[in-house]
Amino acid sequence: MRLLLPLISGVLFGIGLTLSGMIDSMVVLGFLDLAGQWNPALIFVMASAIPVTLVGYRLVLKRRQPLFDSEFHLPTNPVIDRSLLMGAAIFGIGWGLIGLCPGPAIASISSGQPKVFLFLLSMMVGMLAMDKMAVAK
Amino acid sequence: MSFIGPIIGGVLIGFAAVIMMVALGRVCGISGIFRTALHNLLFERGADFEQQQWRWLFLLGLVLGPVIIYQLMGLERPAPLAANELLVILAGLLVGVGTRLGSGCTSGHGVCGIARFSVRSMVATVTFMVMAIVTVYVMRHVIGGKV
Repeated sequence: MRLLLPLISGVLFGIGLTLSGMIDSMVVLGFLDLAGQWNPALIFVMASAIPVTLVGYRLVLKRRQPLFDSEFHLPTNPVIDRSLLMGAAIFGIGWGLIGLCPGPAIASISSGQPKVFLFLLSMMVGMLAMDKMAVAK
Repeated sequence: MSFIGPIIGGVLIGFAAVIMMVALGRVCGISGIFRTALHNLLFERGADFEQQQWRWLFLLGLVLGPVIIYQLMGLERPAPLAANELLVILAGLLVGVGTRLGSGCTSGHGVCGIARFSVRSMVATVTFMVMAIVTVYVMRHVIGGKV
């Protein structure tokens, strides 16, 4: 069960990305293209995902601990600094260039498109390069 | 009708996040899960694999979810990526660097963080949304799809 639940979570997330249209980069670009033929449908993904998560988290976090760990691992850093802003901005540019963010990119692996693998490989390089820089600092 | 898919999809994503929290007490940030899984695979192999399996299983599920929809429900796959290879590489690099520097992406900040009322995540989400919108504007209406 400890390992089955993350798998189920992943499957649901993948199905969610698929049914919602988030997995389709053209739908994502259409959503981000306010000046063109704007397709607002993806607003409803966040508008439904957030309340479900919010209520679910409320109920779950009343527990003393998760089912299969001794404590909750919630992010604790409250600082809004340059790294956060720069990072989010850089991510936004990359996302806007072709309409792919990490979830949909991984969920697209089964399409077998070489470009999806090229994107994931570049993303890995970017992540590891940042790690290297962080260590060097 | 075009709103039904996004609403159902969003609810499922919410369930996915809640299951992760109740099972392992973790937020469902895909860039973070992917990065840590990759990091451990490359640099810390053997270090209590027991504790790391869940990340691979989540990622496996993320890959299998769409397969279930496309194979079993016969939904059509989206059109292949239209962007040229150079742009794909650039986008991947920026997404990798940005999510690492900014500690999250659409799932971790945009869904889980906002649901936790994290101001940090709200600021990050507004920032990447605005930058993505500006980027699409430049790509489509200033450069005009010439790239």
